Amino acid sequence: MNTLIELEGVYFKYAGSKEYSLKNINFKADKGEYILITGPSGCGKSTLTRVLNGLIPNFYNGELKGKIKVVGLDVKKTPAYKMAKYVGTVFQDPENQLFLSTVEREIAFGLENLGFKREVIRERVQEALEMFKLNELKNKAPYELSGGQQQKVAIASIIALRPKILILDEPTANLDPLSAEEVLQLIDKLVKSLGILAIVIEHRLEIALKYATRMIIMDKGKIIADGDPRKVIISKEANIVGIPKVVEIYKRLVSEKVSLNTIPLSPEELAKLFVKVIKKDEE
Amino acid sequence: MKNNEVVIETRNLYYAYEDEKYVLKNINLRINKGEIIAILGENGAGKTTLVKHFNGLLKPTKGEVFVLGKNVKDMSVAELSKHVGIVFQNPDHQLFSETVEKEIEFAMVNFGFEKHYIEERIEWALKLMGLEKYRNRSPYTLSIGERKRLTLATVLSYDPDILILDEPTAGQDFLQKEKIAELMNLLKHRKKTIIIVTHDIEFIVNRVERVILLVGGKIIYDGDKRGALTNYKLMKEARLLPPQVSQISWILYNLGVKLPKDILYTEELLRELLRIYKS
Repeated sequence: MNTLIELEGVYFKYAGSKEYSLKNINFKADKGEYILITGPSGCGKSTLTRVLNGLIPNFYNGELKGKIKVVGLDVKKTPAYKMAKYVGTVFQDPENQLFLSTVEREIAFGLENLGFKREVIRERVQEALEMFKLNELKNKAPYELSGGQQQKVAIASIIALRPKILILDEPTANLDPLSAEEVLQLIDKLVKSLGILAIVIEHRLEIALKYATRMIIMDKGKIIADGDPRKVIISKEANIVGIPKVVEIYKRLVSEKVSLNTIPLSPEELAKLFVKVIKKDEE
Repeated sequence: MKNNEVVIETRNLYYAYEDEKYVLKNINLRINKGEIIAILGENGAGKTTLVKHFNGLLKPTKGEVFVLGKNVKDMSVAELSKHVGIVFQNPDHQLFSETVEKEIEFAMVNFGFEKHYIEERIEWALKLMGLEKYRNRSPYTLSIGERKRLTLATVLSYDPDILILDEPTAGQDFLQKEKIAELMNLLKHRKKTIIIVTHDIEFIVNRVERVILLVGGKIIYDGDKRGALTNYKLMKEARLLPPQVSQISWILYNLGVKLPKDILYTEELLRELLRIYKS
């Protein structure tokens, strides 16, 4: 099964709210995708992820309409603990997600909760420690770690459950740039090596854009752009999310009749494309 | 700033939490009235610890701190906070009132401001931060971005001369960042001294003049922003990502393209790229 998410005509309104937070969402996603979702605060992106991991309707009350299939399951009829096996969620602030005495215990916790056997737990914890290079830190308390390390532990403890879908809601909001880069790159590796589907909500496009295989922009509860990041980022819809400097420079060059062939998503890409253009002209 | 009135000065400042090792080491700084400064460094470099000395929340383990010419050890936190307002990174460490309006009112009541003045300032601050419609809501029902704007409103309401903004853009979307930038402009026109603690390099490129780089509790650079942001070695040492514009110019330079290595602004880079393209 390649298609992991199928939403058709989905609407959601929180209890007590007058307006729909999600309006006519049509969204399909497959394994192996790295989907970047962005949009102004209050656009509905966090609400959308709550529909995908079953927090809506299991924990948040409201009016939910439309067809929702996640890993083949109907979230309206599936209890949260069952969804948690397939959909892992990492939040903005790892401090709110980590609460045990050591990194090792933290990674084991989710597995214990889902009732795995002791040997399986031991094996999976070891595997996660190695995969995330956390072996040296396994006996440390999460609060002794840096923000970037904490976020790694949070992701490791989710990956140990072997979910099919990994959702990250602004995972780098409190991280410094290099730690943010490490976390987003790590997700890219997970997508490629495990074939999972990653859905990442981010405002920091200058770091996130180059890893994404697909970009979605939301505004006022609707999906207003969805597709190849290189196309979406130069669409007029992208103006509400602020485009990274590399893309701005690309656009300015185009307006000066310097065409770079493709839209660069990182400084490296822009520099290489520019060098190609000037070399071609020399020939 | 022609008129060099020093508003904050530190002399051989060292700080250690309890008996642990120093998290600030020999900090010597002079900040003038009306300056707009960014303090940069990775998480744990000591940025927040440093600015907490400016309003008396922390007292130096060794050395001295002067605010508006007075040694902070002779000033109370209440007296200092009238002059120095800090907006912390996590709004939840700062908010505690029942309603948005009461939250803004709190500090002003404590400072003993007059009632009609307090009412006026509440309205001004609510409007400035776009929070009018939430005035009777509990701060905890607001989104994190809104809570952050509320902490800003709280501090701005009592009009301190020195403002310290700790990671004001973290987790903020593009439009909110633009609003924060506009607000900094407004404060600049009102001759406020603004210190912004951040690792959002793209945000500060066009918004500050002076940059201080902190690494492991020490100042490794204090001066003009270009000297720091376009210096590959310094940025690497501080574990920061240089602005994309500077990154592009370095990569091009390393690929053998002849252009200056200290390009900071979009316009400078474009001018160079067009010159190279046309030649």
